[in-house]
Amino acid sequence: MPKRFLSLWFCHLTTDRLAIRKPELRETPFVLVASEQGRRMVQASSRQALALGIRPGTSLADARVLHPGLEVYADKPGWGERLLYRLAEWCLRYTPFAAPDTPSGLILDISGVPHLWGGEAAYLEDLLSVLNGKGYQVRAAIADTIGAAWALARYGEQGCIAGEGKQREALLSLPPASLRLEPRVLEGLEKLGFREIGQFIDLPAATLRRRFGEGLLLRLGQALGSEEETFQPIQPRVPYEEQLPCLEPIRTAKGIEIALRQLLDSLCQRLGREGKGLRKAVFKGLRVDGITVEITIGTSRASHNPLHLFRLFALKIPLLEPALGIELFTLEGFLVEKVRLPQEQLWHRSGDPAAVAELLDRVAAKLGSGRIHRYLPQDRYWPEHSVRPAQTFDEEPDTAWPDTIRPLHLLPVPEPITVMVPLPDYPPLHFRYQGKVVRVARADGPERIEQEWWLQTGPPRDYYCVEDAEGARYWLFRLGLYGKGEPQWFLHGFFS
Amino acid sequence: MRQLRREVMALEGFLPSKGKEVDRRVQLGPMEEAFPEQAFPLGVNHEFISNTASEAASTQGFLAAILGMLLQKGGYCLWLGIRPQVFPPALKQFGVAPDRLVFVNVPREKDLLWTLEQALSCEALVAVVGEIRELGFSESQRLQLAVERSRVTGLLHRHRPVSLHALACATRWKVVPLPSRPEAGMPGLGFPTWKVELLKVRNGRPGNWQMEWSAEGFQHIIHEENVPNKPKERRYA
Repeated sequence: MPKRFLSLWFCHLTTDRLAIRKPELRETPFVLVASEQGRRMVQASSRQALALGIRPGTSLADARVLHPGLEVYADKPGWGERLLYRLAEWCLRYTPFAAPDTPSGLILDISGVPHLWGGEAAYLEDLLSVLNGKGYQVRAAIADTIGAAWALARYGEQGCIAGEGKQREALLSLPPASLRLEPRVLEGLEKLGFREIGQFIDLPAATLRRRFGEGLLLRLGQALGSEEETFQPIQPRVPYEEQLPCLEPIRTAKGIEIALRQLLDSLCQRLGREGKGLRKAVFKGLRVDGITVEITIGTSRASHNPLHLFRLFALKIPLLEPALGIELFTLEGFLVEKVRLPQEQLWHRSGDPAAVAELLDRVAAKLGSGRIHRYLPQDRYWPEHSVRPAQTFDEEPDTAWPDTIRPLHLLPVPEPITVMVPLPDYPPLHFRYQGKVVRVARADGPERIEQEWWLQTGPPRDYYCVEDAEGARYWLFRLGLYGKGEPQWFLHGFFS
Repeated sequence: MRQLRREVMALEGFLPSKGKEVDRRVQLGPMEEAFPEQAFPLGVNHEFISNTASEAASTQGFLAAILGMLLQKGGYCLWLGIRPQVFPPALKQFGVAPDRLVFVNVPREKDLLWTLEQALSCEALVAVVGEIRELGFSESQRLQLAVERSRVTGLLHRHRPVSLHALACATRWKVVPLPSRPEAGMPGLGFPTWKVELLKVRNGRPGNWQMEWSAEGFQHIIHEENVPNKPKERRYA
């Protein structure tokens, strides 16, 4: 069966994508720039910018001269490739074999597929209309070889279809640049006056090889089909999902446990091979009456230990209502991460983070994950904001813990107190807290902490450490200054 | 006689060190004389009593100092309680890296016991601090069985307990704040200073000490006349 290939060319891949994400950019000229040798160069221009004469490769300063109101966005390196890979994944609905063709195209092997759409013309039209509807400007062509499809997509008519074995006729009138040649060879062809492929396609191979090297003959052969050309189609990701249909509907907790164990074993085997682990998983059961019941678990670090995962699910199995019976069990890992392999520790028994993480998972499954906190320092002075919760169990602090003296017991909300102060800026002589008068024997301070003015405005806090005669130590602060309004006093914590 | 005493200790849950080096990570100075084998017992439960907010803060400071010494070789600790318990940045002055601690807020007392037992049976932890108000004798026995298997050190902080009945814990402590001793002629506060009372200790001698915590560790205050405004001596049974 002859091979058929479809070549797609995204004329403005990155700018079209940005315009899709930000619809307000559709009608404005904008460019993507990146620094090259100290200058900001235009990497891609939108359709409107191209119409103004701003081409990729000009410097941003020159482009601004052409259109002062030009919108400028940073070009992220590698973005185009990632975008193409995602588009190739999307194209898998049209053919099982698709591959990105950098910098801005896709190659699809469509042998034996188009009849499902009612012929190649209908197939091509469907693909183009969907992509155009998304907002991409696309050109495409179908031919027997990758080379011919590539040439026709870029230099032929829009939606050009070269029939079986007709690539030679289709190529005759195209320029030599459509053969994917090196610039040096193109220059030589131009110098000799070869403006169309038809002018040199019939020349003897020996002559062409002597003049232009092996590359031209190879590319010509690939376009005509006499040379083999391969491409590497992408491998679609298989979802982490396992299913277990049951012969008889399952109604007992024991039966559900057995099903869960089987599913976990097979899923964890696969995860173990790939070095991955579950962070979030859902266990679903399809009941006889058509209703799906499910339980969800989350782990604090990726795990593929079936016993541990089973224990987490086991806490929630009583929540599954089998009613008349469950016919189909599904286990799906919808958040999968790489497992950090622990270093084997032979002599040091305590401190295995995986075991601690498993304990925390069990606690989280029973109490809810919002109950477990690990804190990291944050570069802020306001006491309530000086710590932030850690996102993961393995997260390390990014700044050092501060050396300032802070109370071990900090009240969540400062409690107002009434004080007796001899002089402004002095610590109080005594204060009244919860109906009891505390006489201050010794005091330290003040430590002034200003409001974070970029977030909130207000008077500063002056903190004092005070100690009473019995040795109880308190952290007090005065909100505001004497002489500027009425300052208030608060108790904010107890020192050890 | 010594042989017999060792056998009795093994029956009571103290595992004898069997010629191995006694784990002396926790340096408590003169307080160590009160313990069997002259070392702070690890792998058992300790009970701490506090009655006022400042006593609770002092007890937490003493606990943090012990945790700091236990965590010298790395590892993780759990701090369980009903409410958010301590302000993490303050732990640094007690030698604890606050990110080595995991805090768990348990909404109900019943779940607190379950969580405490789970944590105490996890061998990977170094120590577990449980802020639990009420604890029955049989519940404390369960916790004791858990630490005997896992060799985790349990530190139970009971704030304002209703009754002080006997528990299956190796020790009972009370830590009361004392006036700090700033350097002579200097204003301000000195280092945290506590009166540490060891009310009960299995196979040891109870006692009380005046201790000061500084960056170097515990300092025993011997000259009591140096302590300004010496509080009234209180006696406990």
